[in-house]
Amino acid sequence: MQLDDEDVRAILQLLDASTFDELQIETDRFNLILRRGDGAWTRESRTLETPRESSGAAYGPGAHAPGAHAPGAERAAPIAAPAAAPVAAPGGPGAESARLEAVRTPLPGTFYRSPKPGAAPFVDVGTRVERDTVVAIVETMKLMNAVYAGCAGRVAEICATDATLVEQQAVLMRIDPEVP
Amino acid sequence: MKLRRVLIANRGEIALRIIRTCERLGIETVLAVSAADRDSVPARRADRIVCIGPAPSHASYLNVTAVIDAARQVGAEAIHPGYGFLSENAALASACAASGIVFIGPTVAQLAAVGDKLTARRHALDAGLPLVPGGAAASLEEARTLAESIGFPVLIKAVAGGGGRGMQRVESRAELESAIDRSIAEARAAFGDGRVYLERYVAAGRHVEVQVLGDGERVIHLGTRDCSIQRRYQKLIEEAPAPLLAAAMREAIESAAVAFAAHLAYRGLGTVEMLLDCERDCFYFLEMNARIQVEHPVTEAICGLDLVAEQIAVAEGRRLNITQDDVRFDGHAIECRINAEDWSRDFQPSPGRVDVAAFAVGAGIRVDTHVEAGVEIPPFYDSLMAKIIVHGATRAAALGRLKHALRYSTLHGVATTLPLHRAIIDDPTFAAGGMHTGYLEKFLAAHVPRPASAAASGGRS
Repeated sequence: MQLDDEDVRAILQLLDASTFDELQIETDRFNLILRRGDGAWTRESRTLETPRESSGAAYGPGAHAPGAHAPGAERAAPIAAPAAAPVAAPGGPGAESARLEAVRTPLPGTFYRSPKPGAAPFVDVGTRVERDTVVAIVETMKLMNAVYAGCAGRVAEICATDATLVEQQAVLMRIDPEVP
Repeated sequence: MKLRRVLIANRGEIALRIIRTCERLGIETVLAVSAADRDSVPARRADRIVCIGPAPSHASYLNVTAVIDAARQVGAEAIHPGYGFLSENAALASACAASGIVFIGPTVAQLAAVGDKLTARRHALDAGLPLVPGGAAASLEEARTLAESIGFPVLIKAVAGGGGRGMQRVESRAELESAIDRSIAEARAAFGDGRVYLERYVAAGRHVEVQVLGDGERVIHLGTRDCSIQRRYQKLIEEAPAPLLAAAMREAIESAAVAFAAHLAYRGLGTVEMLLDCERDCFYFLEMNARIQVEHPVTEAICGLDLVAEQIAVAEGRRLNITQDDVRFDGHAIECRINAEDWSRDFQPSPGRVDVAAFAVGAGIRVDTHVEAGVEIPPFYDSLMAKIIVHGATRAAALGRLKHALRYSTLHGVATTLPLHRAIIDDPTFAAGGMHTGYLEKFLAAHVPRPASAAASGGRS
C-alpha cells in the first residue's frame, strides 16, 4: 500500500489541531515530510522501495547495479546511455583544440548528424560552414533543436556519436575558424 | 473475467496513476520500463518491473513486439497503455488479441475508425455531427478549390496527425502552395503518411471536449472539459465543466458526443473533442481520442468516479454499472500541467535533476506526479512533471484553491511552468473564464519576462 492524498489529508487534520509545524514519517517504503509555514501545509515525499525487476526480460538488466538504490544511498542518475554508445564528455581545451572552436549542444538530448534516418549528414570533417550553418540536431523531450556552427570555418572534428545521448554542454564538434 | 495481473506500458505520472487504482482493486502491476526509467518512482511503486528496451521511445515504449513479449514473459492478462506512446495503436491492440491478452482500450476497429482523421470525419457525418467545413486535399488544385470555397484563413492538418504536428495555418491563396508541400513533408516524416486535409480556421474558438464511457452497448457522458489554454496545440490548463456555456449548447455538445460514440458502439473510455465557434455560436466535431487523457482528473473531481477503474471494469467485460441519470456533477475543477520547460525562453525543454519537490496539500487539492527530490527528468520523453488539480464548489472557489496550491508548491533544479501558471491565474481574463484558443499566445506576448541574460547556462532556475 502507498500513501495517497486522502491519507495525507487525514494526517493533516490531526496536525491542524496540534501545535506541531513539522511531521516526518519514515518507513522502509517511504519518507514523508509535512511542513506548516505561512499558514499553509506542504508535503515532500520520497519513495524508498527498491524496484523488483523480472529476469529473462526482452532486454536484460544491463547497467542495473544491485545495491546502488538502497535507502539513503546516493541515487544513480537513471539516464543510461547504451553500452556501445559512449556519452560525449564535456571537452576541455587541449593543446591541439586550443585553436579550434567547440560547438556545444544547446541542451542535453539525442545528437543527430542528419535531418532524418538515412539522409546525408549536415556536415562532415572538412565541410565549409558559416556562422549560421546548421551542423546537427539535438532532440530533447520530443523537440528538435537545431545546432549552429557559431563561427565560419571548416569542420575539423566530430566528437559525438550519431544517435547517442549528449549531456549538458557536451562538445559535439570542433570548427577550425577562418582567420579574418 | 477478473483481471489479476496487468502490464502497464507507460511511464511518468500516468503509470503511477494506473498503479494506484490497480492497487486499490487488488490487481498486481508489472511496469514496462525503458533502461532510463528502471529506478523511477513508478518503478519503485509497481509490484514488479520488466525492461523493454533502451531509453529512446522508439526502441522501448513504442516497440509493440517488446511490449507484447514483456506481457507474455510476466504472464500479464492485460496491458494498460496509458496515454501517448502506443495507447491508440491498432497494431498493439491486434497483437494483444492474437496473443490472448486484454487490451485496456477500445476495439481494433474503433481505434482504426478514429485514428485516421478523415475516417473519423466520415463517421461523425454518419452520426449526424456538425463538421468544420473542409475536406481532403490530395492535390494542390483540390486544395485551392476547397480553400476558396471555405474561405481563408484555413488550417492544413495531417490525416494521421496528432499533437499539432503537421498542422499549419494559411492566410492566403499565395501561401497555400508552399504550405501544402511543407505539411505533406512534415506529415510524412512524423507519421509515415503524407495525406493532409483542409479545414476552416475558426478565429474565435474554444476547445470543449466530452468524456464518454461505453461498454460496447451503452454509452454515457461524464460532462465537458474546456481545454482552450494551449500553446502550439499542447494543452496547459484544463477545467471541468466548460465554463460559461448556455445550457442548450452544453446539452447539444454532450448529446453529439454520445451519438458519435454510440454510432461506433464504443467500448471503453474516450474523449470527443469539439470546436466551439464563438462568432457563429455553433460547434463542430474535431476528433475522438480513444484513451485516457492527461486531463482526466478534472472530470473525476466533478463526477466522483475513478476513470481508470471504469476502464478496467469495461476491459473485464462488465456492463456499465451506472446510467446517465446516476452521473451527478459537483462543483468545478481546474488542472495545471507543470512541465519541465522554461517559459521565458520560448518553452525550452529543461531536463535535469530535481533538487526540491514540495507540493501544497489541503482540502480540494490533488497532485498527480512522479517527481520527488532527487529524481532525474530524462531528455528522452515529454516534459510533464506534475498535474496540480483543484476542486471547489464554484469556479471562483476552485480558483482560490489553485492560487494557494501554486503558491505553496516548489520545484527546484529544472526550469518549470509553475511561474507561468501563477501569472495566468492572476490575469483577470482568466478569472472571468471562457477564453478562446488564442488566449495564451496573446498572454505570452504581453507577459513573457525579458531574459535576464543570454548566456547559455542551460535555462536552470
